[in-house]
Amino acid sequence: MSTRSGLRLFVLRVLVLTVLGTLLGRLWYLQVYAGARYSKAAQDNRIREVVEPATRGMIYDSSGRVVVENRTVMVVSVNRSLIRGERDGGKAVLARLGGVIGIRSVDIARLITPCGSPYPDGTPAKAPSCWNGSPYQPVPVRTYSTAVPGQTLPALKILEHREDFPGVTAELQPVRFYPYGPMAAHLLGYLGPIRDDERTNPRYAGLVTAKVGRSGVEQVYDDELRGHDGVQELLVDKDGTVTGQLKATAPESGDSLVLSLDENIQKLAESALQKGIRTARGTFDKIRHDNYKAPTGAVVVMEARTGRIAAMASYPSYDPSIFTKPVLPTPVYEALTDPTKGAPLYSNATQGTFAPGSTFKLVSTAAAVAGGADLHGYYACPTALRVGNRLFKNFEGETYGTIDFRTTLIKSCDTVYYGLAYREWQRDGGTRNVGRAREVFPTMAKAFGFGAPTGIDLPSDAAGQITSRASRLADYRAHKADYCAGAKNTKFGPYRRAIDQENCTDGMTYRAGDAALLAIGQGDVTATPLQLATAYSALANGGTVYSPRLAKALLSADGTRVTRIAPAPVRRLPVAADTLAYIRSALTGVTQPGGTAQLAYAGFPAGIVAGKTGTADVHDKQPTSWFASFAPAAAPRYVVVAMVTEGGTGGTTAAPITREIYDGIFGLEGHKALLPGGALPTKLPVVRADGTVAPPGSHTGRPAPTVVPPSPRSTASPASALPAFDRPRRQIS
Amino acid sequence: MSEYGVTPRTVPKSVALRRREASLRERALDRESPLRRLDWLLILAVAGLIGVGSLLVWSATRVRMEAAGLDPQAFLKKHIINAVIGLALASVAALVDYRSLRAYAPIVYVLSCIGLLAVLSPLGSTINGAHSWIVLPAGFQVQPSEFAKVAIVVGLAMLLAETRDAEDTPRDIDVLLALSFCALPMGLIMLQPDLGTTVVIIFIILGVLAVAGAPSRWVIGLLVAGVVAGAVVAPHILSTYQKDRFAAFANPAIDPRGVGYNTRQARTAIGSGGLTGKGLFHGTQTQGRFIPEQQTDFVFTVAGEELGLVGSGAIILLLGLVLWRGLRIASLALDPFGRLVAAGVVCWFAFQSFVNIGMTLGIMPVTGLPLPFVSYGGSSMFANMIAIGLLQNVHMRNSEL
Repeated sequence: MSTRSGLRLFVLRVLVLTVLGTLLGRLWYLQVYAGARYSKAAQDNRIREVVEPATRGMIYDSSGRVVVENRTVMVVSVNRSLIRGERDGGKAVLARLGGVIGIRSVDIARLITPCGSPYPDGTPAKAPSCWNGSPYQPVPVRTYSTAVPGQTLPALKILEHREDFPGVTAELQPVRFYPYGPMAAHLLGYLGPIRDDERTNPRYAGLVTAKVGRSGVEQVYDDELRGHDGVQELLVDKDGTVTGQLKATAPESGDSLVLSLDENIQKLAESALQKGIRTARGTFDKIRHDNYKAPTGAVVVMEARTGRIAAMASYPSYDPSIFTKPVLPTPVYEALTDPTKGAPLYSNATQGTFAPGSTFKLVSTAAAVAGGADLHGYYACPTALRVGNRLFKNFEGETYGTIDFRTTLIKSCDTVYYGLAYREWQRDGGTRNVGRAREVFPTMAKAFGFGAPTGIDLPSDAAGQITSRASRLADYRAHKADYCAGAKNTKFGPYRRAIDQENCTDGMTYRAGDAALLAIGQGDVTATPLQLATAYSALANGGTVYSPRLAKALLSADGTRVTRIAPAPVRRLPVAADTLAYIRSALTGVTQPGGTAQLAYAGFPAGIVAGKTGTADVHDKQPTSWFASFAPAAAPRYVVVAMVTEGGTGGTTAAPITREIYDGIFGLEGHKALLPGGALPTKLPVVRADGTVAPPGSHTGRPAPTVVPPSPRSTASPASALPAFDRPRRQIS
Repeated sequence: MSEYGVTPRTVPKSVALRRREASLRERALDRESPLRRLDWLLILAVAGLIGVGSLLVWSATRVRMEAAGLDPQAFLKKHIINAVIGLALASVAALVDYRSLRAYAPIVYVLSCIGLLAVLSPLGSTINGAHSWIVLPAGFQVQPSEFAKVAIVVGLAMLLAETRDAEDTPRDIDVLLALSFCALPMGLIMLQPDLGTTVVIIFIILGVLAVAGAPSRWVIGLLVAGVVAGAVVAPHILSTYQKDRFAAFANPAIDPRGVGYNTRQARTAIGSGGLTGKGLFHGTQTQGRFIPEQQTDFVFTVAGEELGLVGSGAIILLLGLVLWRGLRIASLALDPFGRLVAAGVVCWFAFQSFVNIGMTLGIMPVTGLPLPFVSYGGSSMFANMIAIGLLQNVHMRNSEL
C-alpha cells in the first residue's frame, strides 16, 4: 500500500470518528440537555382535552322565583385562523356564510377580527365590532333560539353542508335567559368571554371558551356560579383517533344563588321610579322656566335590620339579554355608555355620586349633638346667616324663628345647621389647620358610612366624598399642579378656570363655607343612594351600620349544601340611642301636615312612614330630588331611598316614589301586600329532588342540607369592570 | 502486513492435504477454515444491528398493522426474512472466488444499469415522491439504486486497482475513466430523482478515489466542484418537495403540520426518550403513529424514544464498530482491489448512516435514505448484506495463502 493510500485511510478514519462523535453529541443534547422540553411536547402531542362545560348556577329571588336561568341556543361560530388558511383568505366562505345567516361578509370579517388588530381594510378594530376573546377561539357571530320552531334552519343548513363552510361551526350552547326581561339588570349583570389579557389570571385557569360574569352578582359570585368544567384527557394518535382515556372528571354544576331581592318589590320599585321620573318631566320648574329634565334616578329598598337589599332600581336601565347575542351593534353599545343618554350601563344607585342635600341632616344632627349641642335645645332659623364672608340663605328664604331639632328636621331649616357647623369650624381653629381639630361633622359622616364604598356584593360601589381638613390638605398636595395649570388653561370655561384658580391659591384651606355646606349635604359632599340607604338603616335599626348584601345563600345544584351569606354589620354608630330615637320621631313629622313631604304623603295612614327630603343644588342644573325614609316608623323594617336628578324638590318628585313602594310592600291604600305580612322570607328556598327550586318552607322529603359557614370571599367587593365615570368635580362654595 | 504475520503463498502443500482428510468438525475449527477467518466482530456488530432493527421495525408497525386489521408481526417477519435472504447473499459474496469477483463486476454493473433504466420505463413506480421502484408481482418491490451502490463500489475498485501503467496510484486518465464509468448509473438515479442515493454515490467515488491514491487535485477539486454545483444547480433541478424539505430543515417552525412536521415529530420523539427511553412498545410518539415512514427512513426515532440515549447510542456504536472493522479490513487488504472495495463500503455506510441519523436529529435535511441494517426494506438490506459479504471476502483473503 502506498503511503498516500495509508494517509488517506487515516483521514477517512478521523472523518468517521468525527461523524460518530457528532451524532452522539447531538443525541445527548436532544435527549438529556433538552429532554424535558421534548417530553412536554410529546405529552402535548398525544393528549387532547375535551371540555364538558359545567352548567352555570341559576339565580333566584328570596321567594325562589327564577330571575336568571339557562337556555340553549344554536350558535354559529367562525374560527378565524382556519378561515384565513383558505386559499382566498376565507372570502368565499364568509360570503356564503353571510348569505345564510344574513350578515354582510365584511361585517363578519370585522366581528372575527381580534380587538387591537386592524380590520381587513386596514382600519383599526373598534369595540364592540371586534373579538375580545382569545384569538385562537371560534368567534360566535349569530345565535338562533331553539325555542321557536324553524329558527335554527340557517344553522342546520351550515351543518348539512360542512364542506362548504370550512372553519364555521354551529353548535348548541347554553346562554343566560332573563325571565323578567330588563328587570334588575344592574344587579344581575351579564356574561362575557374571557379577554385575552385575562388568560394569565389564576381565577380563570383552565377556562378556554367559558363566559364569565362581567357585571352585577354574575361577576361577584362568578366562581361559585360557574361550577367546574368536566375534563376528559384522551390519548390520541396523529389522526386524533382516540386510543385511550388518561383521566376524566365529570362537570360540576355551579351553585345556585339566592338573592334577598324580591321580584315583586323590584318590579314595583322600577315602575314607581319610572312613573316618578315621568311625572317630574311633566312638571314645570318655576325657577328655570322649563319642565324638569329628570334624566336619571335610583331607588334602594333595604331591609333595615339586616342591610339586605329587597330591591334596587336605576333609571335608565338596559336589557341584559343583549349581551347573550354575539353581535352588539355599535350604536347600541355606544348608547349604553353615553352620558347624554343617562349611561344605562351605569348604576345610579351604587355608582352615581350626588350631593345628598338635606337628607344629610341626619348626619349633621347626630354630629351636632355629639359635638355638644343640646338635643332638646332651641336654635335660630333666620332667613340667612353670614358665615365667614358669605351670606348663606335658607331654601326660598324661609324663616321659622327659634326652633328645636324636631322642627328643624321637619321644616329642613338650613341656617340652623350653618350656625352649628360654623361654630364647630371656629372651635376647630378656623382657617388655620392646627392638626387637633375634632371635625365632628366629617367624622360622623364617615361613621354613617359616607366617603367610603359600602362593601355591597356588587362590582360597582362608589365611595362618594366627605371633605375634612385632613382630606382637603392631602387633596391639595396631590392636585395643586393640576389646579394651577387649569387656572391658565384657555380651553376651560370661565367657571372652571375660576374654580381652578381658587383651588390653586387657596386649595389647602378648609373654609367656613366648606364646613357650612357639608352640614346640609352640599358643596363637596357626594354620596350614592345606596350610602344614604345604609345610613338611614343604621338610624332605623338603632345604630348598626351594615355593609349591604344582595345575596342570601348559595345552594349546591343537588341541594345538599347551603352556603349562607350572612348580613355584614360594619360598626355601631357613635350616637346615643335617645338621639337616634329623637331623630326617628322627628322624621315621622316630615310626612305629616307641616312637613316637607306632606303633599306626597297626603291622605296616607299617619305615623307609618318617616323620612327626610332633600333638594340638592347642582351647579348649572335643576336640583336633585331626594327622599330617604323608613317604615313602619315605630318599628322600622324597610328603608327606601329615592333619588331623581334634575327632578325638583324632594317632596314633589322623590317622596311620591317611596309612597308607592310602601303601598305595595305593606298593602296599604287598597293595594294587596306584595310580601306576606310585609316581610321578606327569613327561610331560604329549597332545592327539590329534581334540582328545581321551591319557595321557602316547601318540603323536599329529604334530609336537611349541610350548612356551610359564609365564605370570607363573599364579603369582598371586586373593582368595577366598567369604565370609570368622571367623579363630580369640586364646586365653588 | 498480514494479520497473522504469515505471508501468503508460503503455506506448505501438506496443510491443504491435511485439510482435505480432516473431519467436518475439525475442518470447521481448522485455523485455515473460512469460518475461522471470518471477521466475527463485524458479524456480531451487523447481527446486533439487525436484531435491534427487527425490534424497532416491529414496534413501529405493530399498532398500525393491528389497526388496519392485518398481522401485527407482518413487518417483523418480512424484516427477518429479508435478513435471512441477505445472509445468503452475503455468504455468496464472501465465498465467491476473490479473483472472479472482478469478473463479475461488469455483470453487476450492467444489471444495475438495466434495473435503473427499467425504473424510468413504465415498469417503474413512485413511492414517497421518488420514482425509484420496480413493482414486481406478488407484492415485491425492488429498488435498483441500492444495488447500483454495490456495482459502483466493485466497479470503481476494479478500475482504480488495475491502473493503466501499472503505477502504484491512479493517474488522471484512470480517474477520468472511473468517473465516466459512474456517470451512467448516477445520471439515471438523478433522473428518478433520488437525491440521497446520488450524494451517497458521490461520497463513495470521493472515498475510493482518495484511498486509491488519486492525485489530491482530483479529490479536492471534485469535492469543491460538487459543493459549488450543488449550490448552483440544486435550486433548479430539485423538485418542489425536495426544496420544501430543505426549507423545513433550515427552519422547522415554518409549518408545523406541513413539511416541517416530520422533522419536528422526529425530534420530539427522540428528545422525549431521555436517557433510558420509555421502554420498547411504550413510546407515545411511536405508538401514536406521529412519525411517518417510521419503520424505514425514521426508524432511528423509535430507538431514540423507546430505548433512550442508552439504546440509540448503542446503535451508533454498533455502526461505529462496523465502520471500524471495515476500515481495518481496508488497511490490512493485501491488494489495492480489496482495499478499495472495503474503503468504498465504509464510505457508503458512514455517509448513509450520518445522513439518516442526522436528519432524525435535525442536523441534516430529510432525504429518503435508510439506516443500514436497521431500517425496514428488502433492497437496502440485500445490498448492505452483499457489501458485508464483500468485506468478509476481502478479510478472508488478507490472511490467505
